[in-house]
Amino acid sequence: MNTKQEIVKRDTTSPSEVERPALIPLVDVTEDDAGITLTADLPGATRESLSIRVDGDTLTLEAPLELGEPKELEAVYAEVRAGQYRRSFTLSRELDSQHIEAALKDGVLTLRLPKLEKARPRRIEVRAV
Amino acid sequence: MLYPSLQRFPGDPFADFDELQRQMERLFSPRGSSSIRAVQRGTFPAVNIGVTPDAVEIYAFAPGIDPKSLDVSVDKGLLTIAGHRKGSVPDDRKLKLNVYSRERAEGEFRRVVSLPDDADPDRVNATYRNGILHISIQKREASRPRRIEVKDTR
Repeated sequence: MNTKQEIVKRDTTSPSEVERPALIPLVDVTEDDAGITLTADLPGATRESLSIRVDGDTLTLEAPLELGEPKELEAVYAEVRAGQYRRSFTLSRELDSQHIEAALKDGVLTLRLPKLEKARPRRIEVRAV
Repeated sequence: MLYPSLQRFPGDPFADFDELQRQMERLFSPRGSSSIRAVQRGTFPAVNIGVTPDAVEIYAFAPGIDPKSLDVSVDKGLLTIAGHRKGSVPDDRKLKLNVYSRERAEGEFRRVVSLPDDADPDRVNATYRNGILHISIQKREASRPRRIEVKDTR
């Protein structure tokens, strides 16, 4: 009787990216007249493995944590337990996502998101009549 | 039935607070006793400690630091990692900056890790790469498991 097996179809696909536990990198976000600066702590991330994606108005930072530990290493005490960083941000429309600048040094990612030219603050001149 | 308010019922608005309190208690008072040097979660830098048959390996997650300014020392079985991290937000009031979040730790930090007895303080190696400080301490020769041969003196 095979009907039982057909009715109960288990989802045996591996967990999607979203379900795997990930570390949330801490960030500093500041804004000045010309744009937004985002600084993120990503120790263990490298330029090659870091992924910065803009999908619509969502900016996603992702990077695997590479320790390079010896194979026979046995953990005794671990405060950092996931192997992946992931964090998303919703960008506002005045940010120019085509011209994002990124730099990674010693595990610190610095992102510069400039504002669109037309969104920069401008003084309105008052004409004397 | 002296405390009817403590009984929980469906739709109880305070059930969430109860659960939150339970979670906080679990976080701050684990079942077993923790090291007297245990730190609060979120202390900078976070550390992972592991062992191999030959060495004790410590990884400190400390991005954005000048390795020359790091102070790593071993004394009486205690490994101390100390240093200073500069924040990303400049203090200059003249700049018109809106600060939306400032989650990253900044300023002086110091972490002390208790090393096992067989760690040899004369054989310590420290490297800094991609924001991770990796300290490797070889174990003393004498403490490695050694097979003792039983002589037959019958």
